[in-house]
Amino acid sequence: MSKIEGAIHEIHAMDAMASEDKWINKLHPLVKLLVTFIYIFIVVSFDSTDINGLLSMILYPVLIFITAELDLKMCLKRLRIVLPLVCLVGLFNPFFDREILFYAGSVGITRGMITMVTLIIKGVFTVLAAYILIASSKIEDICRALRMLHVPKIFVTLILLIYRYVTLFLQEVNRMTQAYALRAPNQKGISYKAWGSLAGLILLRAMDRASAVYESMCLRGFDGEFKRENSTQLCGNDWIYLISLSALILFLRYVHLFELVGNMIMK
Amino acid sequence: MHMADALVAPAVAATMYACSTVAAGCSVKKVRLENDPKKIPVMGVMGAFVFATQMINFTIPGTGSSGHLCGGMLLSALLGPYAGFLTMIGVLLIQCLMFADGGLLALGCNIWNMAFYGCFIGAMLIWKPIMKNGAGRIKITVASILGCIVTLQMGAFSVCLETLASGITELPFGVFAGMMQPIHLAIGLVEGLITAAVLCFVYDARPELLWGVEKSNNAKRKLSFKTTIIILAAASVIIGGGLSLIASSYPDGLEWSMEKVAGTAELEADGIIYNTMAEIQDKTAILPDYAIKDSDNIFGTTISGIVGAIVVVSLCVICCYIFRFFRRKSNE
Repeated sequence: MSKIEGAIHEIHAMDAMASEDKWINKLHPLVKLLVTFIYIFIVVSFDSTDINGLLSMILYPVLIFITAELDLKMCLKRLRIVLPLVCLVGLFNPFFDREILFYAGSVGITRGMITMVTLIIKGVFTVLAAYILIASSKIEDICRALRMLHVPKIFVTLILLIYRYVTLFLQEVNRMTQAYALRAPNQKGISYKAWGSLAGLILLRAMDRASAVYESMCLRGFDGEFKRENSTQLCGNDWIYLISLSALILFLRYVHLFELVGNMIMK
Repeated sequence: MHMADALVAPAVAATMYACSTVAAGCSVKKVRLENDPKKIPVMGVMGAFVFATQMINFTIPGTGSSGHLCGGMLLSALLGPYAGFLTMIGVLLIQCLMFADGGLLALGCNIWNMAFYGCFIGAMLIWKPIMKNGAGRIKITVASILGCIVTLQMGAFSVCLETLASGITELPFGVFAGMMQPIHLAIGLVEGLITAAVLCFVYDARPELLWGVEKSNNAKRKLSFKTTIIILAAASVIIGGGLSLIASSYPDGLEWSMEKVAGTAELEADGIIYNTMAEIQDKTAILPDYAIKDSDNIFGTTISGIVGAIVVVSLCVICCYIFRFFRRKSNE
């Protein structure tokens, strides 16, 4: 599967997952967006040496992944983009910070090693949280939540339009690159002679399509905003989700649960 | 250059969100003032276009590697800085949500590093002034390459600053910036060339689609060869003469490193071969150590810079004419 085909497949898979009939999908997108932001904010706020505290934050993704039956395999695939960069930045820490914090047997564990591990854990947790949001809410729902947060409608409409046409253009780009590859065997990528004409032609077609899209939108009564029938009010379940999970995240931030339980067992 | 959430501290993320929100607020206001209802669908479709075409691998001749389009520069050259900026935010948000390319919390940083510099600096300070008296293929190419290089350098430098302010890496700032800037210089050059190719195609096919191009009364739309040579010669004299004044007061990177390691900027050497070579060099050098012979002052360095610029430009012009002469001959 080519890179573009992979992207199309990923978008369709995420769309299908977000449309499922699970409890988490029925929740209001605003509460899921807020909980995600709170979680990510708290995770990155941990000190770079506080592994114990940070590890306890795994409870939120574990809880949601199991109860909402989310696809962990697909989530782990998303880590391929984030982890290399995070690892690259963190990889230098053990070389520059050699202050020994403690000994594991005869091996000295340095501060740099700990900060590198913390950075990677933060990278994984934040990706898990963002995945929970997108796997349980459609882009249209997230845009609805943004509108409730008074994000200008011009911007929300723009996001919806980009999202709607992304798949279409990916398919078009895939067709064109495939056609090019069939006519230029054993050639990796697009030759510099066709740089302008290949992408330029797609661009001109995109512009023409934009005019057609606008005219058809006007004919269907578009006045600058997409109308939705769904109620925008939060219900009881939404409040329960928001309050309980926010409380859990804050609790885990200030109480080192893993350390506490460990100490209790050790005694 | 997409930053992950793990790479930013909450305070840095919040500050960058605030900065990006202000820029987005201004852009929304400007787009509203334009009052062009047709613009929103065009922005949406263009955003999707940039998203999709960034996945095409354009082969870089002679290297075996590939590059992609520079979204910010392309969008602002077609839609203008405000609409281009909003479209880039949309693209970055969807990249972040659908492909985990960049974090939700780091979105403010990513908007600033990629969309703000690409759209505002690239469009207003580079694209628009160059297109002031009409567009042309050379002008478009120069603006695209310059725009991509400058905005990517600024973006990469911002990534270093944000990472440093977040305190997540023990890597010294100088080392980190020293790694980031050269990589992004190469990327900027490649992205600039690809973007230029696409924009030149648009210019040939539908020049009215380009933003910020003022109609010139001059029928000649292209930058003439003569003007280009004069500009290049003037730039070389200014850079060679003016900047060498600044350069003369600071040691270069290697001298600095040697001074740190050996305690002196110039190593002493002795021996038959060394002495013979030094004698040859002394006799042949017109401007030893970039200064007038037996002169160690700033004036000498400046003169050397100007003379060097003239010699290099002249050589370049001669080579070009020789090339042209032989090419014409082979065509006959």
